[in-house]
Amino acid sequence: MPSLPDMTTPKVETLGGGTGVEQDPHVSDAALRAPFFDWLCRMGDNTLILSHRLSEWCGHGPALEEDIALANTALDLIGHTQMWLALAGEVEGQGRSADDLAYLRDVMTFRNVQLLELPNGDMARTTMRQFLFDAFHAALLEKLSGSTSLRVAGIAAKALKEVTYHLERSSDLVVRLGDGTEDSHARMQTTLDAFWPYTGEMFLGDDVDAAMAEAGIAPPPQDLRPEWDRVIREVLDEATLAIPERRADVHKGGKTGRHTEHLGYILAEMQFLQRAYPGASW
Amino acid sequence: MYAQMVKSDGPSDAELSPEERAFQARIDAGEKIEPKEWMPEGYRKTLIRQIGQHAHSEIVGQLPEGNWITRAPTLERKAILLAKVQDEAGHGLYLYSAAETLGVSRDELFEKLHSGKMKYSSIFNYPTLSWADMGAIGWLVDGAAIMNQVPLQRTSYGPYARAMVRICKEESFHQRQGYSIMMKMARGTEAQREMAQDALNRFWYPSLMMFGPSDKDSVHSAQSMAWKIKMNTNDELRQKFVDETVPQAEYLGLTVPDPDLSWNEDRGHYDFTQPDWDEFFEVLRGNGPCNEERLGARVKAWDDGAWFRDGLNAYADKAAARRLAAKTAAE
Repeated sequence: MPSLPDMTTPKVETLGGGTGVEQDPHVSDAALRAPFFDWLCRMGDNTLILSHRLSEWCGHGPALEEDIALANTALDLIGHTQMWLALAGEVEGQGRSADDLAYLRDVMTFRNVQLLELPNGDMARTTMRQFLFDAFHAALLEKLSGSTSLRVAGIAAKALKEVTYHLERSSDLVVRLGDGTEDSHARMQTTLDAFWPYTGEMFLGDDVDAAMAEAGIAPPPQDLRPEWDRVIREVLDEATLAIPERRADVHKGGKTGRHTEHLGYILAEMQFLQRAYPGASW
Repeated sequence: MYAQMVKSDGPSDAELSPEERAFQARIDAGEKIEPKEWMPEGYRKTLIRQIGQHAHSEIVGQLPEGNWITRAPTLERKAILLAKVQDEAGHGLYLYSAAETLGVSRDELFEKLHSGKMKYSSIFNYPTLSWADMGAIGWLVDGAAIMNQVPLQRTSYGPYARAMVRICKEESFHQRQGYSIMMKMARGTEAQREMAQDALNRFWYPSLMMFGPSDKDSVHSAQSMAWKIKMNTNDELRQKFVDETVPQAEYLGLTVPDPDLSWNEDRGHYDFTQPDWDEFFEVLRGNGPCNEERLGARVKAWDDGAWFRDGLNAYADKAAARRLAAKTAAE
C-alpha cells in the first residue's frame, strides 16, 4: 500500500481525483455551504482522530508485522484526512487549509464520533474499535463513490480501496482473537460490550445529514445500518463473540461537537507546535 | 553505524583448517556466502551478533522518533515521519530474517535484547527534546548509518548484503527528509533556528560515537575485515562523516559544536575533537539518559503483546486441526 503522499505534492486535494471547483457545483453552492462544511469535517475528523490514535502504537506493537500494519492504516487515514479537510476548507471559502482545520480548531468544533477518540488500551480495544468503524466506513465510502458531488465521489473511490483492506484485516483479527485463547476471547468480548454503546452514534442522522442526503451528496447514515449489521453479525459469529444486548446509542454527540474528556488531550498533544509557535512554517 | 564493538570469534591465521582456507579464498575472490553453504562457526556467530545488533537498533530506533509522531506540526510531516519510522520496523524485519538464515530465530534474538545480552546502537539512548531533533536524527544519525551501510552492500554474506541494498535506498531518502526539516528550521523563525542549533549541539558527538571507538588496535576488527563483514575502520568512516557533514552544517548556517574543528590542508580532511569515550562506555553499560525507557518500552511491548500473539497462534492451531478433520471426513 503506497500510503505516503509525495513530499512535493503541491496540492493534496488533487490526489482525490478532483480537478476543480467548476466541475462540481456543490462545492460553491452557498446554500449548501454550512452543512457541507460540517459534513466534510465529520469525514476528515473521523480519519484524523483514528489515525492519531493508531500512530500512538508506532514502536510499541505486539509484533513487528503488527507495528507496521498499524502504521500503514494510520498513514492511509492521514491521507484521507488531508483530502477531506482540504475540501472542507475549499467549501468553507475562508482560506483555511487542511492543516489549519486539523491544528487550529478546539474540541467543540471537532466532528468525529466519540468511539474513535477513546484511548487505545490494549490490542483488543484497538482491534475492536477498528473493526466496528471499518465496517461503517467501508459501507459509507461505497455509497459515497456514487455521490452527486464529483469531488466527494473521487475521494471516496480512492479511500474505499484502502478501507476495504482495513476491514478485511480487522475482520480477520477479530475472528482470530475471538476464537483464539480463552484470554483473547474474553478480552475481545469485554471490549465489544464496552464499545457497543458508542456504535449507535455512527448511524444517527441530523439536519446536516438530511441536507447532504437531499443534495444527493451522502446517504442518510441510518441507511448504512443494515449493511453494517450484516458484516458485524457475520464476523462476530465466526469469532464466537456475542452481540451485546444493550443499547447502542448511549454515548453520542461527537458529530455535533460534544466529546469525551479524551479529545482535549489528543488536541493538546497534536496541536502543540502550531499553538506554541503561531505562524511558523514547518 | 548501528553495530558497535561487535566481538569477532576468529582463529588466528596459523590455525586455519583446509576448509577455512578455502572459505577465506572464496571471500578474497569476492564471492558471496549463501545460507546453506559451509562457513566457520566464528563467522556465523559474529554475523549473528552484528546483524542482530543492527536489527535491534532499527526497532529500538523507532522509539526516539516515535516520540514526536503525535506532535508532528503538520499532516504531511506526520505522514512522512510515521512512514519513516515504519520503514525502520521494516528494516528490522529484513535483518531478523537475514539472521534467521544463520540459524537463530527472531524470538531468540528478542530474548537476548530484552535480557540485556545483546546491545543496540548507543545513539538511541539519547532523548528527542524538540521537533528539530527529527531533522537532526534524519540528517546526522541516518547519515552516519549510511556511511557504514553503503559499503556493507558488498559484504560477504549474501542475505545481509541484499538486505542492505534495500535498506540503503530508504536510508538515503530518510537523510534527505531529515535535512529538509533542518532547512525549514534553520531558515525559519528565531525560535526554530535556536531549536535547530540546539539539536545539532546535542546530536553531534553522539553521532560521532556511532562509529565506535578507534579500532586500530582491535583484533576483532581485523578478523571481521578479513571476512568482509566489516568493510572500513571506524576511524575512516568517522572522518568521512565529518568531512561530508561539516559543509552541510555550514550551508544550514549552523555551528558544529567543536571549537577545534578546522580544515587540515595537508591531510585533506577536517581535524576534529573526539567524542567523550567515557560517556560512550557509560551509555553502553546502561547509564545513558534513556536506556531504561528505551529497553523498558520494548520489553513492555513484548510482554503486553503476549496474549495477542498467543491468541493468533491458538487460532492458527485450531484452524489447522479443523482443516485436517475436514480432510479426514472427506476421505
